[in-house]
Amino acid sequence: MTSAEQSGATGPNLQRYPAGALAFPHRDLLGIAALERHEILYLLDSAEPWVELNRQPSKHCDLLAGLTIINAFFENSTRTLLSFEIAGKRLGADVVNMHAAQSSVKKGETLIDTAVTLNAMRADAIVIRHGASGAVDLIASKVDCPVLNAGDGSHEHPTQALLDALTLRHALRERGEAAEDFTGLKVTICGDILHSRVARSNTLCLTALGASVRLCAPPALMPAGAEALGAQPFHDFDAALAGADVVMMLRLQSERMEGQFIPSAREYHHLYGLTRARLAHAEPGALVMHPGPMNRGVEIDSDVADMLDRSMITRQVEMGVAIRMACLDILTRRSRGVAGWESAR
Amino acid sequence: MGERAMKQQRPLTITNGRLALPSGIVAGGIRLVDGLIEAVGEVEAGPDDERVDAKGQLIAPGLVDLGVFAIDKPAFHFGGITRAALMPDQSPPLDYPARVGHIAKSGKPDLWVHPLAAATRGLEGRELAEIALMKQGGARGIATGRRWIADSGVMLKLLQYAAMLDLVVVSHAEDGGLTGEAVATAGEMATRLGLPGAPAEAEALAVARDIALAELAGARLHLRQVTTRAGLDLVRAAKARGLQVTAGVTPAHFMLSDLATADFRTFARLSPPLRCEADRQAVIAAIGDGTIDVVASGHDPRGPEEKRLPFADAAEGMAGAETLLAMVLTVVRDGVIDMVRAFDLMAAAPARLLGVSAGALEQGLEADIALIDPEKPWIVDSRMMEASAGNTPFDGQGVQGRVTGLWKGGVAIG
Repeated sequence: MTSAEQSGATGPNLQRYPAGALAFPHRDLLGIAALERHEILYLLDSAEPWVELNRQPSKHCDLLAGLTIINAFFENSTRTLLSFEIAGKRLGADVVNMHAAQSSVKKGETLIDTAVTLNAMRADAIVIRHGASGAVDLIASKVDCPVLNAGDGSHEHPTQALLDALTLRHALRERGEAAEDFTGLKVTICGDILHSRVARSNTLCLTALGASVRLCAPPALMPAGAEALGAQPFHDFDAALAGADVVMMLRLQSERMEGQFIPSAREYHHLYGLTRARLAHAEPGALVMHPGPMNRGVEIDSDVADMLDRSMITRQVEMGVAIRMACLDILTRRSRGVAGWESAR
Repeated sequence: MGERAMKQQRPLTITNGRLALPSGIVAGGIRLVDGLIEAVGEVEAGPDDERVDAKGQLIAPGLVDLGVFAIDKPAFHFGGITRAALMPDQSPPLDYPARVGHIAKSGKPDLWVHPLAAATRGLEGRELAEIALMKQGGARGIATGRRWIADSGVMLKLLQYAAMLDLVVVSHAEDGGLTGEAVATAGEMATRLGLPGAPAEAEALAVARDIALAELAGARLHLRQVTTRAGLDLVRAAKARGLQVTAGVTPAHFMLSDLATADFRTFARLSPPLRCEADRQAVIAAIGDGTIDVVASGHDPRGPEEKRLPFADAAEGMAGAETLLAMVLTVVRDGVIDMVRAFDLMAAAPARLLGVSAGALEQGLEADIALIDPEKPWIVDSRMMEASAGNTPFDGQGVQGRVTGLWKGGVAIG
C-alpha cells in the first residue's frame, strides 16, 4: 500500500497543519489533556490511511522496520494489548509484550527499575498500561524514547478517546454529516465516571473537538468537580439521554456493584442499563458506543449492543488499530529521521 | 561525655541585636548563664563572659516544633529548632513507657526531644495506652498519631484521662470513614489526575466531634493541623466559647493549594492532603486572626524509595524543618502577622502546650536562642537539604530568612 506508506511519513492534508514536527510537538502521548485541538485532528487525519490499509487483503507495510516496540502492561488487558501489538506489527516493527501484571513486578522502586531496564534495551517506543494514576508519566520521565499511555489508573487512556473520535467521524461521514469537528454534537457518557480513565480522556477529547458532553452516574460514581472537565453531570439517565446524538456506555467493574458503590448489578441495570426503551429518549438514530469488554445485561442490553446500524462497538475496535498505527508512526518519526521531524522533542 | 558537654561552662552575652520579645521587637541583648536566660534587654557582659555581636540581627527563642515524625538534628539545627515534639508514629510506636523514656533522652546533648505518647496501644484506636506511666517517662502530650480515633467512646475516655493528667491531646482531624483510601481532596484537581479524593468536609466532621468530646471531658485539645475553612470556623467558635482548644498547621497548607499536585508531584502528597485555594486563603486568615495557634514543620523526611512512586503509592509527608522559619516569615512580610506573633506561633505557643520552660526570651527560661537574619535570601533545593531526605514541596522556591547562630541551654550548636 504505497499511498499509506507515503502519507504515513508525511502526514495527510499538509496544508491544514504546521510543517513537520510542529504539527505534533510531543515526544510522548501521555494524555489528551496535553493536546491542542489541531494536534488531536492531526492524529485523527493521520489515522485515515491506516484505516484504508487495514481494509486491504495485505495489511503490511515496512514503515517501522527495524524498530523495537515494547508493550509493557502492568495491568491485565486483552483488547488494548492486542490492538497495540497488531498496530506495531502491521507497521513492520519488532513488537515485544511484557506481561508485568503476571510477573513478580511489584510497585515501588521496582517501577523505576523496570523503566530503566526497558530504557537500557533501547526500545524505540514503549507502550504502557498501569493500574496507578500517574505511573506512565513517572516511567516516561525516566526513559529516553517515546512513551504511549495505554491507560493509567483512573487518569487517562488517550488512544481510546482518539479511536472513539475516529469512529464517530467515520459514522458521521457515512451519514453525510461529515464536518471539520464535532461542534454541536451531544454525547452522553454513562457509567462509573469516578474510576474511568476512558471517561476523562473522552470528555477532554470530545469537548476539545466542540462536542457537548454529559456525564451520567450515580452520586457515588461521579467525581467531584466533573463540571471543571467541561462536562455537564447528570444522575438521571433519562434526562442525560434526552436529545443525545451519541451514547457511550462504560464498563462497570464487578467489584463495584456489590454494595460498596451501588447496591447490586440488577439495581444498576434498573437505573443505568441502556435498554431499547431508554435509548428512545436519545435522538432518533443515536449512535451507541462501548469501550469493551461489555457486561451484557448490566450496563447495556444485548439487543442494543448488537444493533447493526447504530452500535459502533466493533467499529471502535477496528479504529483502535488504525489510531495506534498513526500514534506509533508519528512518535517514531524523529528516531526514523523523517524529514521535518529531526528537531522533535 | 554527654552530660558534661551539654552544660554551659561560661556565661554568654549577645549584644547589638533586635530582641524578639513577647511585647515587641526591641534593640538590645541577652545574657545566658548556667543554661538559663539571666537578663534580657540592656545587658552588661561580665568580665569572663563569652561575647557575641549580633550585628543587628534578630535574637529569637529557639523554635519549638510540635509534631515531627523523625528526629533529624541537621535539619532541625538548620531551621533553628531547639525542641521537637516527636509524634508516636515510630517503629515501634511510642505506646510503652520505657520507649518514651528512651526517646526523651535521645536528643542529648544538642536537641530537646519531647515525646508525644501514643493515645492507644499500637496507635490502633482501640485500647488506651499507659499514658500516666509515659508521662512519668517524659511524655509531654498525647497524640492520636497520623490517623484519627474512629471510636468516639475511646476518644472520650482518652480525653477524660488526659484532662485528669493535665496533658494536651494532639489529634489528627480527618474522618477516616470519609477519607478511606483517598490521597487527595475531592475536587477538580483530583478529578483531572484520576486520584482517589475525599471531601474536605472530612476535616470539619472530625474537628466538630473532637471539640464536642473535649468540652464534655474538660480536656485540652490541640488539633495538629486544621486546613479547611469549615474546620477553622469550628475552632474559632470553640475558642469564643472559652474551650481549651488550639489549632496548628504546617506551612504547606498556607503556601500551597492542591494545584501543587499537578504532574503527580509526590512531594506534595501530604496528610491531610492539600486543599483548594479558598481553603488556603482561610488558613492564612486564621493565622492572622489568631484562630491558628501553632505553625509546625510536620517534619517527615522520606527518601526516593518512598516518594519516587506513582502518587497514590507514595508515602505522605514532607521534610519541613529547614523551611519552617522562612515560610512563616513570608506571612510576616505579607503583613498577615507581625514578627512577635511569628515567634509565638513557632515557639511560645507550642512551649505552652507542652508545658516546657522555653519558647520565649524571658528571664529564667531555658537559654535556647536563635540568631536570625530575617532578610537573607536563599533558594530551597531538594538536592542540597540538611534533612535526611529532600522531600520538600517548596523545591526551587526563593525564600528569605536564615538562622545564623543557635544555642541550646546556652551552649552553641554546630
